[in-house]
Amino acid sequence: MESLPPGWRREKLLRRWSAFSAGLHEFYVGPYRQMFKREKQDEDDLFMIAVLGEALGVPDPAAYYTAELMPAVWENFHTWHRRIGIPRSPLDHIGCC
Amino acid sequence: MGSLILMIIGLAVMAAGYLVYSKFLAQRVFKLNAAFVTPAHELKDGVDYMPTNKFILWGHHFTSVAGAAPIVGPAIAVIWGWLPALLWVTFGTVFFAGMHDLGTLWASTRNKGRSIGALSARYIGKRGANLFLVVIFLVLLMVIAAFAVVIKNLLISTPGAVIPVWGAIVVALLVGVAVYRMRWPLVPITVVGVVVLYSLIVVGDRMPVVLPESTLGMSPATFWIVALFVYGAIASLLPVWVLLQPRDYINGVQLFVGLILLFGSVLLATLFSATPPEIVAPAINMNVPAGTPSMIPLLFVTIACGAISGFHGMVASGTTSKQLDKETDARFVGYFGAVGEGLLALGTILAVIGGFKSVAEWNEIYSEFGTAGVNAFVQGGATLMQNGIGLPASLSATVLATMAVLFAATTMDTGMRLLRFVVQEAGEAFKLKIGKVPATLIVVVLGLGLTFSQGLGGEGGLRIWPLFGTTNQLMASLSLSIIAVILIRKGRNPITAMIPLVIIFVMAFWAALEQLGSFMDPSNPDWMLFALDVIIIVASVWVAVESIIAMRNARNLPPEHEDADAELTAVREDV
Repeated sequence: MESLPPGWRREKLLRRWSAFSAGLHEFYVGPYRQMFKREKQDEDDLFMIAVLGEALGVPDPAAYYTAELMPAVWENFHTWHRRIGIPRSPLDHIGCC
Repeated sequence: MGSLILMIIGLAVMAAGYLVYSKFLAQRVFKLNAAFVTPAHELKDGVDYMPTNKFILWGHHFTSVAGAAPIVGPAIAVIWGWLPALLWVTFGTVFFAGMHDLGTLWASTRNKGRSIGALSARYIGKRGANLFLVVIFLVLLMVIAAFAVVIKNLLISTPGAVIPVWGAIVVALLVGVAVYRMRWPLVPITVVGVVVLYSLIVVGDRMPVVLPESTLGMSPATFWIVALFVYGAIASLLPVWVLLQPRDYINGVQLFVGLILLFGSVLLATLFSATPPEIVAPAINMNVPAGTPSMIPLLFVTIACGAISGFHGMVASGTTSKQLDKETDARFVGYFGAVGEGLLALGTILAVIGGFKSVAEWNEIYSEFGTAGVNAFVQGGATLMQNGIGLPASLSATVLATMAVLFAATTMDTGMRLLRFVVQEAGEAFKLKIGKVPATLIVVVLGLGLTFSQGLGGEGGLRIWPLFGTTNQLMASLSLSIIAVILIRKGRNPITAMIPLVIIFVMAFWAALEQLGSFMDPSNPDWMLFALDVIIIVASVWVAVESIIAMRNARNLPPEHEDADAELTAVREDV
């Protein structure tokens, strides 16, 4: 019979333990995954409005600072304006669609 | 010995149902195909659509559908004797609930994970879908009113449960903080959480809380109902991670512990106890108390969850279908999910028929229709647990009462949250934007209005229980008719769906008509329930007509080809 490598029992036990732990974690977060995503999306949308306020025509006293953040939000800009119900880009200088 | 034999028979029928009938359904009727690309893979987004291990998915599905209903229904229905309840729970689970739950899961998986409401729009028509919203609204309203009364009754009859029930909220809050703020590992948190919960049960048992006759000018019954609605409103407004998620989780773990305790007690009590549980309830009760409605059709609507329940279809097609890894897993998740609920109902029956010392004691508990309910489960189950695992009777009663209340409370505040969404959606239809707080207030006012409609003791809440059963069964028959239409379209024999569909529809309709008569009783008319019942009856006729038309149309169309489902356009659905 082929001999098993030393420590295999410990390794097997560890694997089982981490699988159990992962399963328990999934049992905890699974049912609410979607609600969390929605809440995060709401937060992101608020952040987007704060950053783009000036560009969208809302006077913003903090525009000097938020302008710096603009490059960080470009990537999600297209999905954001579609999600909030504006089919085409509301900003003239951004031709995302 | 009798309880153990019934338990073995019940378990054997359900095991046979899973091993034989579900295999037949999976292979011959639904033709589950491991190669079919499920929505979880096709639309995978890591959020709603996520392939999940079948055991974990079963856990989610089972804990989502298991509320207080599989306890309340069978505990009340035993008034007609244990045999009818046992037969309906076992065969209902095997041939009705299993078919329905597996079928809705399969139908939704084959339709890109669409919910049963969206499927009804596709297969039965737009009117079917509108009807569905009305039915959902009524079911949710009845759930929050009825469960408020169920919990109030338990808090009054088992004062030991007061501390653990409200303490469980604190435990859940701490678990939420530990997981999300402290980022502690989940396994030790779970162990500590469950241990603390059970310690609270011991504390509660030592220090029962009995309210004085007047608290803030209210009787104990009124006070508990108002407190529950205030709690439900706050819980449904809080972010989910704070209370809802950790509490559902701890409840899920506790559900499994509770089931093991109950079945283990029956086994141990029979084998080792000096006073093995004897069945004191009659097999068929010929001397039902005055005012008890006839067994047929009321038995079939009183035991809804635990035999067949339309609510299961909502969960199966709402969230479960979007997480199914392989189509063949549907047999385990869907059918065995129904079996899980059947087991809970079986455990309840064993508790309420074997947990009393004499026929006289049993008759006293079942002296009036609808009064036994969860209290009978708690008292009977406590005696069983005392004999089986040696827990003192009052402590066992507190364990079971806490278990029942936690389930009911989970369902109640989830119901309030969902009803708030429905109110907001309905507002949008009239171009009204209703905020979170006003919508919740509307829900609280509607719920309290219904509960107190018969008096300040909350009599209105439980009187609608049979109406809940009727509405819930109506939803199940709607889902079954969709399954039948799909089977006909695919050129397969729809008989396995048609038989439960016809039986459950006839029973629900008949029950609704009988209740209509009782609500018009000149000595004690109840016009609100009368109006609700009329809505349900109109909806039933509507569903029946729409379904028959849909089935006839489906029969006249040429059968779908094998790849028809795979060619459907993928559409993501918000859940």
